[in-house]
Amino acid sequence: MYALQFDETRCLHCESQDCLAKCQYIHIGKDGKQPGEMVRIARGEDSFVLHECVTCYACEEYCPMGNHPFYLIVERQEALRISPVPRPLVTRAVNLGIPFRGEPAVKEINGPLLNMAAFSELTHLIQGRLFEDLPVISTDGRKMFHYFCQLMYLHYARSSVIKERLPGIIATIERHKPTEVVCFHDECYGTYASYCPAVGIDVPFTPVHFYEYLYDRLTELKELIKPVGIKVAYQRPCSSRLSPDKHRFVGKIFRLIGAEEVKREFVDENALCCGGTIQGQGREGSRKRAAELQRKNVEDMKKAGAEVCVFNCPACLQTLGGMVAREGIRPVHMSDLCRFAIGETPAGWEVTR
Amino acid sequence: MNAIYQALADIVDAEHVSDRPEELYIYSFDLGTAEPHRPDYVVAPRTTGQVREIVRLANREKVPVVPLGGGLSLAGLAVPLKGGILIDLKRMDRILEVNEKGRYAVLECGVSQGQLTSYLAAHHPGLTHSEPGAPPAATVAGNALIHGQGDLAQPYGFNSDQVNGLEVVLPTGEVCRFGSCAIGASWFTNHPLPDVGLFFGWCGTTGLITKLSIRLYPAKRIRGVGQFVVEDEELVPEIIGRVTGTQMAEDVIAYSRAIPPFGLGLQHFTVNIAANSEKELEFKQELIWDDALGEYIRRGDGGYLGFTRGLEHPQISKTSDYKKGGGFEYVGSIMPIEKYPECYRRGREISERHDIPYTVTGRCVGVGHSMMFAWTYAFNRADPETMRQAREALHETDDLVLELGGVIWKPGTYGQQLILGRLDPGTRALMRRIKEVLDPGGIMNPGNWEGI
Amino acid sequence: MMPLDTYEFNDVIHRCFRCGYCKFPTNWMDVNNCPPYARFRMESYSCGGRLWLTRAWLNETLEWSEHLAEILYSCTTCRNCEVKCPLSFNVDIVNMVVAARSEMIERGKVPPAVRRFLENIDLHGNPYGSARSRRDSWMQGTDIERYEGQEYLYYVGCTGSYDTRAQRSARALATLLGKAGASFGVLGNHENCDGNEVHKLGEAGLFEMLAQDNIERFKALGAKKIVTLSPHAYNAMKNLYPLYGGDFQVFHYTELLYELFKEGKLDVSNGFDARLTYHDPCFLGRWNDGYETPRRLLAAVPSLRLAEMEKSRDAALCCGGGAGNFEIDLLGGGDSSPARRRVRHAAETGATVLAVACPKCLVMLEDALKAEELEEKLAVRDIAEILTEAGGIR
Repeated sequence: MYALQFDETRCLHCESQDCLAKCQYIHIGKDGKQPGEMVRIARGEDSFVLHECVTCYACEEYCPMGNHPFYLIVERQEALRISPVPRPLVTRAVNLGIPFRGEPAVKEINGPLLNMAAFSELTHLIQGRLFEDLPVISTDGRKMFHYFCQLMYLHYARSSVIKERLPGIIATIERHKPTEVVCFHDECYGTYASYCPAVGIDVPFTPVHFYEYLYDRLTELKELIKPVGIKVAYQRPCSSRLSPDKHRFVGKIFRLIGAEEVKREFVDENALCCGGTIQGQGREGSRKRAAELQRKNVEDMKKAGAEVCVFNCPACLQTLGGMVAREGIRPVHMSDLCRFAIGETPAGWEVTR
Repeated sequence: MNAIYQALADIVDAEHVSDRPEELYIYSFDLGTAEPHRPDYVVAPRTTGQVREIVRLANREKVPVVPLGGGLSLAGLAVPLKGGILIDLKRMDRILEVNEKGRYAVLECGVSQGQLTSYLAAHHPGLTHSEPGAPPAATVAGNALIHGQGDLAQPYGFNSDQVNGLEVVLPTGEVCRFGSCAIGASWFTNHPLPDVGLFFGWCGTTGLITKLSIRLYPAKRIRGVGQFVVEDEELVPEIIGRVTGTQMAEDVIAYSRAIPPFGLGLQHFTVNIAANSEKELEFKQELIWDDALGEYIRRGDGGYLGFTRGLEHPQISKTSDYKKGGGFEYVGSIMPIEKYPECYRRGREISERHDIPYTVTGRCVGVGHSMMFAWTYAFNRADPETMRQAREALHETDDLVLELGGVIWKPGTYGQQLILGRLDPGTRALMRRIKEVLDPGGIMNPGNWEGI
Repeated sequence: MMPLDTYEFNDVIHRCFRCGYCKFPTNWMDVNNCPPYARFRMESYSCGGRLWLTRAWLNETLEWSEHLAEILYSCTTCRNCEVKCPLSFNVDIVNMVVAARSEMIERGKVPPAVRRFLENIDLHGNPYGSARSRRDSWMQGTDIERYEGQEYLYYVGCTGSYDTRAQRSARALATLLGKAGASFGVLGNHENCDGNEVHKLGEAGLFEMLAQDNIERFKALGAKKIVTLSPHAYNAMKNLYPLYGGDFQVFHYTELLYELFKEGKLDVSNGFDARLTYHDPCFLGRWNDGYETPRRLLAAVPSLRLAEMEKSRDAALCCGGGAGNFEIDLLGGGDSSPARRRVRHAAETGATVLAVACPKCLVMLEDALKAEELEEKLAVRDIAEILTEAGGIR
């Protein structure tokens, strides 16, 4: 019933073939051109890409034609039963999103709200003046899978699971009567702003990117900002590739709070995966490949002189946080950095003050 | 004033003796499904001398003596089935010695797992002991006496195998020592004096252990847990064989459970790996995940779930709250590893029949020599029906253990009787003679190993 | 119908498994961090024991006895159990005990010492049974102002007002505040008990009266900001008074002093030349997460060397004085009393001064010091007293 809108004629007219040419994980000739590979995929043929994809989402951003190459890859992987991860991991992941601890208590908000989705345990990251007066939903860890955007299943070649469950999730959120839904995790934002339109799922509320919200609130509280004067590196998450237009808020926030973004190789479009997805694929060599990638990434931050690594996605923070810390770079979630900038003391920051 | 009460108060002190309903009530329970039985007195001694005097008193008065450590066996082993004097040994909680070079610790019997873990971390960070998956309030001595297994069971075996020496108060009140300490040497070895292993597995019916020496092992700087998962339970024994074959792992556990639902029907493995350097860690990881298990990953049958640094030490269990009801009990067994698939399938079936979310765990003991396989049944303490169901499931599982060719671990009275029914007559006769010699008055934890 | 049916936590209380986590401090070093269990070392006195006994009493398996009541009232509501219990009902453990005490009070079945404590507060506004007219004796001979609209209302509390040892800390704080130029006043004989202990003893009705009485008086005087000597009063006023319309800004004195220090108004330049250890009061620490401010204050004092006890912050062992036990004293006597254990911990650090930030801890620990014969080695001092000395005030 929900079908991906993919226009293969656009690929035929595409000069750059950037979707695959720019891929950091599949190497397609030095000239970077492999015309027709995505068309072959669109036509339902097998392709080495379907087997080698590390599911980093980046081709969604690289595509200059407004197509959805990554969503397509996932659809075809599923149709051709090409599993990007071993079977038990798929079973485990599919089961993970099933709520089993009762129904959530739904309160009508009739206004903007913040959705913690499957990160109910992280409410310490939404404290202080930046978040005052913003009602929050999904704060009960036992009920959080009722708010889980499901997009994680793109990593498991299970578009069908997303399409099956997502309308129910949207209905649950809708019962809160939101006008705008600020998404704590930008994977949720990507779901409602990119994936749903791409497959024709109706979203009855306006999704708002977390960073756009933070930026607006910081602007409102501008008189409280004291420039933090810290050299920061930013760990861009895979889900940000679904909303590249919102990525600019990273730089805007840094400038607003006086954080100095260091010059690095692996930044913006060229950002590296935290390694979690690649290791999570659990394939032969995944562990080493992820470790090598992480080494390269952290090395790059270090070389650039970063004092702090700013995270967006809690999963990246969990995967890479310890590693950057061992290299003397402090791992920090963006919201904590913003709180710090307006003179608040997030948990664990006492010493810094 | 009651004469026994007065005598106990004279031996210990009035504050640590009670025959009041509140103490008798609390000490009548096991935390599992066992029916409560009230003791007549509760006493909490501080020294071996006091324990000896209490035991002598019990002999004179012909009243039962029930020793209690952490009280966490869940098998009802310290329920005073025939009343008598319950001796709470937890006040005897001094760590007497830690020998760094000889890697052992001499402890009083009331020292808890958590206390030893914390003490070693603070004062001897290079040493660790094989800590069982029990709450940290479980005692080190009690766990060794019931043949417990810890997180070093895979390389080093049962915790009863870690014992270097014992001080025991016999049922008739004499104090004996075993191991090198018996000839006045330090507590560094249990061998090679004549073997008088009369106390392990006897459920407190042959004496009270007041001190023990336990082996310690190097605690590497990095310790963590790697996880692996398969769908097919038939693969579990060979995977355990491959992982243990690398000799690169500490704890190796396979488990499956219904809650949380993402694991339903899957077989998970946790493999503890320890290393002093990143190089050592990577070397071990490579041997385990890539060389030993790479084949399963290639075939798509097995998935590596990552390595998490840091061990939860002591370990925290939330099993008791599965039914929001403050209770669980499990049947533990010592089982050949090849039986894992059947143990899982049959256990799951029993659980589902009794409407209990299934939880099964197999911890490797020795390098594939055996496993402790446990079937856990949660219940709601406020709902007698769930307790009855759990008790039924437990009894069925006791039967299953023997049917599958395993041995019931720390059996409660039901399991003890099943074992006695199958016990070699010669062995049974010898055990009877030993019991009669050691405990002529039959005062030690009566009701256990009854009718031997 | 049995009493359990109407008990507020009847759907929770059976969930305690008695695994024993609640006996430990955060680092698991011993099982002596639950004050009553540390004192008696019988399972009946452990946190789990209390909950099981409560349930047995409420479901009529066990009859009430004075011993049962003593077991229940020996809990100092220090909240160590809530820090350690890994299960989701842990937030209600102390509430379960308090609710059981309420049941006992409702039936008039409490230990005599508890009854006396509550009656004294009801009649005299303090648990000691001293006259209301003597409440201001701590400030005799000083020029401390009465509260009449100054910025801060300095609430002294019963212990600071009546106990001769605690009076010294109450005066020290007044001196410090004065020297730092803070605008404050006190209520003198018009001060009434804050009710924190009354609440924890389960006497909800009396607590409500006290809270309303205090709130009315504070409001009538136009008080907006309250600074308390005792963390107990601080807890009641900050966390419980808002339920009765008492929306004041409440500070523990260490918070205010630290602010004054940051503003450069608190002079500590004379220093305090000693190795010192700090005991976290339960109602400042575990109840209100106030672990760092007292330490920052102490760290600001030149020459002062802070040595932490093995059990500190959320692992601190309670002095044994909570929930009225500083007066009811169900945990005293014997060398295993929490207070005596605590001063031994302090002595083990090699410190010569044991700093406290609570008048009840001050009194409890100083008494314990005498019993342990540690007076030569160690002195118990309130932070206010230490800062007075560091400020060169005599």
